[in-house]
Amino acid sequence: MSGHSTYTPSNGFTRWIDSRLPIIRLGYDSFVAYPTPRNLNYWWAFGGVLSMMLVVQLITGIVLVMHYTPNTALAFTSVEHIMRDVNWGWLLRYMHANGASMFFIAVYIHILRGLYYGSYKAPREILWILGVVIFLLMMATAFMGYVLPWGQMSFWGATVITNLFSAIPFVGDPIVTWLWGGFSVDNPTLNRFFSLHYLLPFVIVGVVALHVWALHVVGQNNPTGVELKTEQDSVPFTPYATVKDAFVMVVFLIFFSWFLFYSPNYMGHPDNYIPANPMVTPAHIVPEWYFLPFYAILRSIPDKLGGVIAMFGAIAVLFVLPWLDTSKVKSCAYRPLYKQFFWLLVICGLGLGYLGSQPAEGGYVIASRILTAWYFFHFLVITPVLGLIEKPKALPESITAAVLAKNAAH
Amino acid sequence: MATIDTAEPSRRDFLYIATGAVGAVGAAAVVWPFIDQMNPDASALALASTEVDISAVAPGQIITVKWRGKPVFIRNRTDEEMKKLGTIDAKGLRDPQTDGDRVKKGHENMLVVVGVCTHLGCVPLGHQGEYDGWFCPCHGSVYDASGRIISGPAPLNLPVPPYEFVSDKVVKIG
Repeated sequence: MSGHSTYTPSNGFTRWIDSRLPIIRLGYDSFVAYPTPRNLNYWWAFGGVLSMMLVVQLITGIVLVMHYTPNTALAFTSVEHIMRDVNWGWLLRYMHANGASMFFIAVYIHILRGLYYGSYKAPREILWILGVVIFLLMMATAFMGYVLPWGQMSFWGATVITNLFSAIPFVGDPIVTWLWGGFSVDNPTLNRFFSLHYLLPFVIVGVVALHVWALHVVGQNNPTGVELKTEQDSVPFTPYATVKDAFVMVVFLIFFSWFLFYSPNYMGHPDNYIPANPMVTPAHIVPEWYFLPFYAILRSIPDKLGGVIAMFGAIAVLFVLPWLDTSKVKSCAYRPLYKQFFWLLVICGLGLGYLGSQPAEGGYVIASRILTAWYFFHFLVITPVLGLIEKPKALPESITAAVLAKNAAH
Repeated sequence: MATIDTAEPSRRDFLYIATGAVGAVGAAAVVWPFIDQMNPDASALALASTEVDISAVAPGQIITVKWRGKPVFIRNRTDEEMKKLGTIDAKGLRDPQTDGDRVKKGHENMLVVVGVCTHLGCVPLGHQGEYDGWFCPCHGSVYDASGRIISGPAPLNLPVPPYEFVSDKVVKIG
């Protein structure tokens, strides 16, 4: 959709800039004049929410580093120091910790919106893949950030996750020793996690720029999945999308604030307020909620290497999704069968999340196995087959036609 | 434009490949320090052995000592526990090993194992699980009183670290 630029510099100064570095033109074309489908619903506002959360995490994180000490002897107390002594430290740390959860809530909604409306299909494959890359970077960043307070969950989470690599045949153990910088998770591990936790958000910023660039080349998908055809199918980004995004950001911030001010530890784990003890594993260790579905998949396979492969495979399958889906129709609104399977997948994911929080025994393990099998069955069998056998509903002629038909019905 | 098409590689081809090869070796040589700096440093390696007085470990007791930042279990097994271990057929185990292979001659009751679950590295709990050996709370691996894996996701027995009896009372681990 990167059509002809309609920006005209209004005065001599902006004309001078425009002929040297057309940065105002870039901003104007991307966020003002950019044509956005006129039928976008509120699910399309989460890209904006995610950008906001990335900025929140960057700012609070940079400020927290001014008071945090990355050393096994001091890390835990420096976090308590932030909570008790630093001016507004409690607020900044709770913002950062709850902000991570909010970030994942928004990203899961954003991903599910893409799945529901087929936003991964041609010509948006690279846009989608960049999104999965961002998701992976977010997971790595969140994991390393959770290690920094050096509580019991930090330490044992780091131990379990780094040990995943020991499942690799032959080179697994040297790789784990290399990751640790010793023979167990210790000060060198904390230091390098701190370094990477600071670096990766900026890498995310870079990939987000690519993600937005790709978006602006292919244009936004929309609830019909029918591409923009004429000018009347679209409205300019500003004010329409800007105001809508801003409204959702405000609502999302209210939701965020509810956790932040009324139950800031709801999504954390009390064991992380116990200083790390390499000699004692907590009786029941669980990762943060946003990793639970993947954790359940890991534990459902009774083989160490198999479990690790399944867990990474659960994300890897998203990379090839654009080629697994054989249907020409993008949006679930016109795919009656796929729509039902989409909601089954959502239930499957929520179920895995619940099972990941439960102990790995008895019926929980059996249920995890069934849901893990379903998860892969959905992507590897249902998605390709359904595209071939499903009879989609008739697509509207254009976005405008769909909007007018909907309004006529009222 | 005249192009010379020779079957023989030209001197220029050789120079391209040679330059590329030297460049690749140079790049790898520069990358290596940046990778290897993450491996255990001299101070981590210096902590590689530890001496423990075991005279106070009563029969039935497990003590935990720190070696290379990891817990090591020293378990003085009772004669009853030894008898029970004798009934387990080593050949049927996932990681077949007899109890005799896991202890030092003359100190058969004294078991020294690294207290790190071979699944994902949690510390198993002593005197728990159906074999009264160890039970890992993280993912449910069960070990017997010899630290051998009986059930659960762990693939291997609790490893026996290199150690020796310096005297009847003192064990040197590492």
